[in-house]
Amino acid sequence: MFGKSPPVTEASRGFTFTRRTMLVGGAQIAVGAALVARMTYISIVDNERYVLESESNRLNLTLIPPRRGWIVDRRGKALANNRVSLRIDLIPDRVQDADKLVRDLSQLLALDADTVQRVRRDLKESAGYQPVAVAENLDEARFASVLVRLTDLPGVAPARGFARNYPAGAAVGHLIGYVGGPTAEEYQKARDPLYVTPGFKTGKDGLEKYFEPFLRGKPGARRVEVTAGGKVVRELGTQPDVQGETLHLAIDGDLQDYAARRMGPQSGACVVIDCLSGDIVAFVSMPCFDPNSFSDGIGQKEWAWLNGDTDYKPLLNKATRGLYPPGSTLKPMAALAILKGGIDPAERVNCPGGYRLGNRVFRCLGRHGPVDMPTAIEKSCNTYFYAMAHRLGYDRIAPTARELGLGEDFQISGANQRYGTIPDSMWKQRKFKQDWSASDSLNAVIGQGYVIVNPLQLAVMTARIASGKALYPSLVARKPGIIKPLSYTQDQLAVVRSGMDRVVNGNGTAVRSRLELDGIQLAGKTGTAQVRGLASGSRGQSGALRFRDHGLFVCYAPTENPRYAAAVIIEHGMGGARAAAPVAKDIFTYLYDREKAMATLDALETGWGGTIAQRMARGFAAFQGMPVDLGEGEAP
Amino acid sequence: MIPVPQTIRRFPWGLIATLVFIAGFGMLVLYSAAAGSFTPWALTHAMRFAMFLSIALLIGYLIPLEFMGRVAFLGYAAVAILLFGVEVMGAVKGGSQRWLNIGFMNLQPSELMKVAIVLALARFYSQLPPGETPTLRALWPALVLIGIPAALVMLQPDLGTALAIVASGVIVMFLAGLPIWWFVSVGVAGAAALPILYGLLHDYQQRRVLIFLNPEDDPLGAGYHITQSKIAIGSGGLDGKGFLNGSQSHLDYLPEGHTDFIFATMAEEWGLLGGLALGLAYYFLLRWSTRVALGAPTRFGKLTAAGLTMTIFFYIAINLMMVMGLAPVVGIPLPLFSHGGSSMMTIMLCVGIIIAIERDKSVGRRPFG
Repeated sequence: MFGKSPPVTEASRGFTFTRRTMLVGGAQIAVGAALVARMTYISIVDNERYVLESESNRLNLTLIPPRRGWIVDRRGKALANNRVSLRIDLIPDRVQDADKLVRDLSQLLALDADTVQRVRRDLKESAGYQPVAVAENLDEARFASVLVRLTDLPGVAPARGFARNYPAGAAVGHLIGYVGGPTAEEYQKARDPLYVTPGFKTGKDGLEKYFEPFLRGKPGARRVEVTAGGKVVRELGTQPDVQGETLHLAIDGDLQDYAARRMGPQSGACVVIDCLSGDIVAFVSMPCFDPNSFSDGIGQKEWAWLNGDTDYKPLLNKATRGLYPPGSTLKPMAALAILKGGIDPAERVNCPGGYRLGNRVFRCLGRHGPVDMPTAIEKSCNTYFYAMAHRLGYDRIAPTARELGLGEDFQISGANQRYGTIPDSMWKQRKFKQDWSASDSLNAVIGQGYVIVNPLQLAVMTARIASGKALYPSLVARKPGIIKPLSYTQDQLAVVRSGMDRVVNGNGTAVRSRLELDGIQLAGKTGTAQVRGLASGSRGQSGALRFRDHGLFVCYAPTENPRYAAAVIIEHGMGGARAAAPVAKDIFTYLYDREKAMATLDALETGWGGTIAQRMARGFAAFQGMPVDLGEGEAP
Repeated sequence: MIPVPQTIRRFPWGLIATLVFIAGFGMLVLYSAAAGSFTPWALTHAMRFAMFLSIALLIGYLIPLEFMGRVAFLGYAAVAILLFGVEVMGAVKGGSQRWLNIGFMNLQPSELMKVAIVLALARFYSQLPPGETPTLRALWPALVLIGIPAALVMLQPDLGTALAIVASGVIVMFLAGLPIWWFVSVGVAGAAALPILYGLLHDYQQRRVLIFLNPEDDPLGAGYHITQSKIAIGSGGLDGKGFLNGSQSHLDYLPEGHTDFIFATMAEEWGLLGGLALGLAYYFLLRWSTRVALGAPTRFGKLTAAGLTMTIFFYIAINLMMVMGLAPVVGIPLPLFSHGGSSMMTIMLCVGIIIAIERDKSVGRRPFG
């Protein structure tokens, strides 16, 4: 097979060598040229890109989450502020052995399984320098235990940040809301790296959410030069964060706290309004979550505990989202409407214990005999109002209800409302395609039937009756302005007010809740709202908690020149006079004589088993110890 | 004009200047890589260079080429035994070992083999009668000579060095005049068998190949080397960030910044101009050795000089391709530039032998003339 080639000689071999050496040399030069071209390409054409990458290697820009603005009460006392929070983050780029690191940290920081899982997931998903939060609100000892081992834990970044703090805890939960880490959706929308900076929180509910842009502030930034191992070589500059603005509320923090505590173990709401300005000075819904728990990232168990309580509904803001039949608390409003309808307040209606409409008897709670308007309010006589409502028709009462704020969706910041219904014939036609009947009027006038309102509306109604002005409620402090008067004459208002005065200070339904103060008297109206219809036969005064009647009380004080108005509702309290009025009495006592009111509260709290925080801690412990079916629970 | 003695005039000053430039530049870069310190690298680099340069000159001036030819097979056998010894020692100690500690440095027999294989093959082909060149008798001994050390080195496992041995050996075979279609058909068959060869590689070697093909797949893992190296070179731009100002190397983003990836360390601070200067120096070195090969009077001299040229070239090309992302990370240092005794020893041995070949001609033409 080699025969075809010409014989190789010494000379031809030398010639071949030279030729092939030139070939190899040429190939080497070609490779060299390719290398020069490649280097030129990388360093000249792609230079900009690689300079950027080299700079982003070298420099790290760490955002410093801004401190949130404080939320303060009308006197400047903090309802929400910031406290120092010791935290541990991870820088994914610098983590070498993620598994080992997470194991070590979970031991050092006593992380629970949930957290470990979340950290692992976050580490996997986030690449680069964007830190992953491991733990916050650490105590000094745990924080130090990580600090001393820092060299063995590459990628761990300890930091001193700020966490939201609510000094009053659960008392302001529904008022202020809470903050929490931004969700993935929020980040997708905002596309702001601040949203994935550990320690950054956004408002999730209430005022915290509504005033988020106002409270947020501007983040600071820290520029450092770091090694590949994550060691900071030097700090190149820090721009401090700008704290968010301070939000001034109309709320009286002390009163808010007192009212929340005075609610005791009961479920309910209380709204107190300043009759001069319409400012909401107390806005309470109890029981409540502790917003501090939320801002720390609430545990699953605690969430289950709060969410599972279907009787007391601690997650529901009852002051604006709780809807109740207002019962007799609407009688002063009805009286005003009747007066406007041209009826003489001195006219008497005989109460034989009920009112006959056709072949049906609408019952009254007593046999009041002949009653005039103030007496009807004082005694809460249904018969009087049945008769008047039948005569006027509810279409002439509903406008007054609306003028006093019932059924209105108030534009108060942060509080997401359900505003209920003030029915009339048009409403019924629209909703049910049915004509309004006389019995609808009778039911509506005593605050039953289709009528459904929230506690804020009741408080506004009372404040408007007490002041005679179209006060508009506000949680936020505002400049005083001119408030328009209502469309009723002073005489008409005086009749209604005298009726409400007599409820407490005469011979009415709430005489036991008379203020024990010199010269200051409370005027009010009780109400009892049925949870179950009358037809069920039960009067809602016994049996399972969730079927018991709600107790309501609306009131204002002092009777001369009213200053504050309030609405209190105690769910399943079985009666306004029994459950709600005593609470209102103590809250008003607090406004005028703190020591006396505190003494009352201290005694009560001893009986209930401690402060709100103590009772919540015990309740949660019990929940964790033995999960009971709270849905079937009995009243305490 | 002051009379200069012939010996001094004929001394290869141009070559020495080139070598000193490369090693001196390397020392500067090592000084910078150590954050402006002669320790731990720059000083030893300079000292080793001085020592190996002296050895190279001693070899070139004291050992006759003819003697080298006579001991070529003996030397090959000795290095092969050392190679085998390292292998056995590694097996005994558990784990792989590539070097013998000989006091001032760790000696890698595989490095010596790069030189020994060229000498042995050159000797073999210079003794082969011209008529037998296209026969199998010209082929199988060469394959055995290459195959034994290549297999031993692959076992270590050191893919880069094994490839270097094969490449130098094959070039000698090629230049010896074996039929060109042998190389072409082996090349084609080799390309076809690439997937099978790939399967024979270790996991980490396979991974390196994959990452070479797509470094962005794993920017923080094994692709990290290539990515960071390219960032260092690319961010250097035309004239670099300046001496001692390379952030990639100083902040440890660049791995192996003083050994395999020293070119990236250099390029970051000296830029494209630094790279071109270094490239030019290598070009002078290779041009000199190629000219020596072409001009050598004996066949042994020609083949040896050309083979050693290839050995030096292989180092340079593979290393530069690697740091610029054109070749997988195989762990081959940059000759005379990287910190490390073994590669410098090999290169200077090559240089010494080529000097000897150059001096073998009766009256020297000046190498850089």
